Amino acid sequence: MQLNIEEQGDIVKIEVQEERMDAHNSGDLKERMLGLFDEGKCNLVIDLSAVRFVDSSGLGALVSGFKNASARDGSLKLCCLQPQVRSMFELTRLHRVFEIFASTDEALESF
Amino acid sequence: MRHWRAFKLSSAGKLQLMPRQIEVDIKFPNQTKYLGMIGKIGESLAHTLGSYQGDREELGYHLNLVLTEALTNAICHANACDPSKEVKVSISVTEQDLIIRVFDQGQGFDIKQLKKLKVNETAEGGRGVQIIFKLMDQVEYLKKGRSNVLQMIKHLH
Repeated sequence: MQLNIEEQGDIVKIEVQEERMDAHNSGDLKERMLGLFDEGKCNLVIDLSAVRFVDSSGLGALVSGFKNASARDGSLKLCCLQPQVRSMFELTRLHRVFEIFASTDEALESF
Repeated sequence: MRHWRAFKLSSAGKLQLMPRQIEVDIKFPNQTKYLGMIGKIGESLAHTLGSYQGDREELGYHLNLVLTEALTNAICHANACDPSKEVKVSISVTEQDLIIRVFDQGQGFDIKQLKKLKVNETAEGGRGVQIIFKLMDQVEYLKKGRSNVLQMIKHLH
């Protein structure tokens, strides 16, 4: 999975540079996040602007990151969801779990 | 892709044109790298349904999703990620229904039990089958010879 990872202070922004997040590539995101948690970085913003399609495996990877961040007193926030991706969060009711922002700046400022 | 017009004899013995049907059969190695390709075929199909009155964009996205979930289940769970196995999927479109059948070579499972399972809000897995039940009108998982088949029907009208 193509990911662009940038650190801004104690926040790490991960831009998913894939059109699809599914069982084929979502494990990569999960592992990269676990690596960041091991380094003590537990405030993450995931930018999904390039993602057009996400399945239950993609959602599962994000939930894994969310739980790991929360367990370390950090947080994982999402931004820039395309409408169909947003509808997946609503279908699975995960929009009630995640903090979702319209832009990266809003997500970064919310910490 | 087979694409044909079928004929039947009317009671008067004349040939009648049957509604246009589409049938797509795909066989592929048991690997997740093919998910995107097959999901895309399902999505493209939604845009070719001549008589569908609903939102084609949405139907396309849902077919992509249902295929992805069902195939992931077949590849990673039923066939236990064994690359020597294969997965077969068939998509049939009639005037009334769109039928997706996914065949696997695993032990089988009780889909009704999975449907009943309550997925915790922050559980990492378990959403795939729930998504299939939410988006399709009829879902069954049956034994067929040496394979199992997950049959999912969407009514088009």
